[in-house]
Amino acid sequence: MTLELPDTEWRRVSPKYIVVDLVGTLIGGAVVVGATSIAPAVSGVTWLWVIPAALAVGFVVLLAFTPRRVRAIGYQLRADDLLFRKGIMFQRFVAVPYGRMQLVDVNRGPLARAVGLSELKFVTAAAATAVTIPGLPEAEAEELRDRLVELAESRRAGL
Amino acid sequence: MTEPAPTPEAVDGAVSTSADLADGRWHRLHPATPLLRGGIAFIAILGVIVVNLRDVAIEIVFGGGNDWDDEYDPITFILEHDYLGFVILAIIGGLLLSILAFYLSWRMHTFRITDELVEVRSGILFRTHRRGRLDRIQGINIVRPFLARLFGAAKLEVTVAGQDANIPLAYLSSGAADELRRQILWLASGSARAESADAGAAAPAGVAGPAGSIVDQRVAELLAPELDPALAAPESVVKMHPGRLAGSLLLSGTTIVVLAAAIVATIVIVRTGEAFFLFAFVPGIIGVGSFYVNRVTRSLRYSIASTPDGVRVGFGLLSTSNETLPPGRIHAVQVMQPLLWRPAGWWQVSINRASTSSAQGAAGQANTVILPVGTLSDVRKVLELVLPLMVDEESIALLERGLVSKGGDDGFVNSPRRAAPIRWFSWRRNGFAITSSAVLLRKGAIWRELVIVPQARMQSVALAQGPLLRRLRLATVRLHTVAGPISARLGAIDETVAVRFFQDAAAEAIAAGTADRSHRWRAPLVEPPAEPEQA
Repeated sequence: MTLELPDTEWRRVSPKYIVVDLVGTLIGGAVVVGATSIAPAVSGVTWLWVIPAALAVGFVVLLAFTPRRVRAIGYQLRADDLLFRKGIMFQRFVAVPYGRMQLVDVNRGPLARAVGLSELKFVTAAAATAVTIPGLPEAEAEELRDRLVELAESRRAGL
Repeated sequence: MTEPAPTPEAVDGAVSTSADLADGRWHRLHPATPLLRGGIAFIAILGVIVVNLRDVAIEIVFGGGNDWDDEYDPITFILEHDYLGFVILAIIGGLLLSILAFYLSWRMHTFRITDELVEVRSGILFRTHRRGRLDRIQGINIVRPFLARLFGAAKLEVTVAGQDANIPLAYLSSGAADELRRQILWLASGSARAESADAGAAAPAGVAGPAGSIVDQRVAELLAPELDPALAAPESVVKMHPGRLAGSLLLSGTTIVVLAAAIVATIVIVRTGEAFFLFAFVPGIIGVGSFYVNRVTRSLRYSIASTPDGVRVGFGLLSTSNETLPPGRIHAVQVMQPLLWRPAGWWQVSINRASTSSAQGAAGQANTVILPVGTLSDVRKVLELVLPLMVDEESIALLERGLVSKGGDDGFVNSPRRAAPIRWFSWRRNGFAITSSAVLLRKGAIWRELVIVPQARMQSVALAQGPLLRRLRLATVRLHTVAGPISARLGAIDETVAVRFFQDAAAEAIAAGTADRSHRWRAPLVEPPAEPEQA
């Protein structure tokens, strides 16, 4: 049983983001496993191979769950607030009133840019809010940004 | 900059107590500012030189053998080579130059307060121009370090949200600082300027009493109680009892560490039989002792009071400091009781705020602690001040249950029994309550804690569940506020209850955020001036 909010129509992120996430995890995994393999390879102590092996297994699990994890990311623009969810094992839901917006960031990493995706970050005065919607098609991200700014402008609240 | 740079004539040089500093024109700081800011270092350097000269002077006066020729001493070197004239010239030149620099920096350091802004311009070579919007003010702090108090000067700091975003005005004359704070808050509150002038005439702030000679005035200022009785209603003031303060320190975590260290030391000495180990602890003993003394002296004369423009918290024996927090600048309140304080029934109240003031708070703690230690009735008074919307009987009763209740059906929605594996002792008490103006989170049976977040200050709401909580059908909720020592997080509540809480809190946050007008807390359109404290 996972948590579910009633009456919500989640907008999901682009399936292309699965590729971005997979490649990113793969590169990260390769670097970490490679780095931890140096010690056993150089020293020849066999049991030290346990560390890179365990890390490799961890990354494979992470890779296996990536498609589901990406499908679990969702957001919804409600009348007065932005709803955001992510995670399957560790679920997290956040609701941010538009009036609390301090700024909106649109970022594009090299991998995401290759497939035409952007990441939108919604920043409030509380650092813990941490609403980052990845895997939005570029045009959609920009449209969403403008829409959020407009909504925040019409519902401006103090700090 | 859209405005033309003002000509020097526009600067009103008068810094006397009588001047209206918030009249929208440029003013200068207290003339003793350079001395207070840089002069201390200067005096220290002078002292070092004098101490070094002492030996030489003694030798010159009393004669005596010059038996330290082999040591290199710049003074003897100068004397022996007849460079004295040059050296004196150089010293005089240096003095004149630094006096000139200090004077220039004082002349170039100007500020003005208009109906919308606080502006400060400073610097000789690198000019700085800082502007702060009045409706963004998070608090105004007046600090009087001991030396500055002797000169009758005070440092005023306008704090706004953000790191290193404060606007310090150091130094102003003491009475002028109080008056200026009152005026800035008045302007920031959104009330008309004319009213401000009337009120100023009606209730003159600053130092009362005979202002005969300057010395009399200074003495009167130093001896004056930290809280001017004319400024606050006496019944709203919590007085800090010195015995309680000392007791609370003795029952703090530091004491436990000190005791543990003492026990270890005793064991070591008894086992080895070497008493000289004692000397190893001397620096530690001195450090701990000064820590205790420092905390006590800073918390003595602690006061908290309600003013028309917010909560005023003051403390300090030799160096005093007091801060006014306008309504609606408190983002979260935490009341907590460490285990050791429980027999005495003491509590501590701290807050989350958007600004960081450079001045330390009571007891040398971060200035987020607004009641270092107090009884339940003190806590009630403080909560009344910091949560002006929760003063009705029902809310007070709820707050009290939030503090001392053992749990059960008492207005809070608590964790279910299956939360016991992860909340061993506190599951009966671990819960929340949503009132019309705030959300209350109650936690801990051993270290009791109550967190109150005003709905109008909530930034966002989160709901989370990990694998362990999912097995127990529990969830964690969290209210996001500005960064601070308080984290408004409540774990291990029933998952369906948590989902409902998430939706309710999100809806309340929107409603309260839209209705909130506290950035101009006295603006006439919103409410009559008779009810100023609306958060």
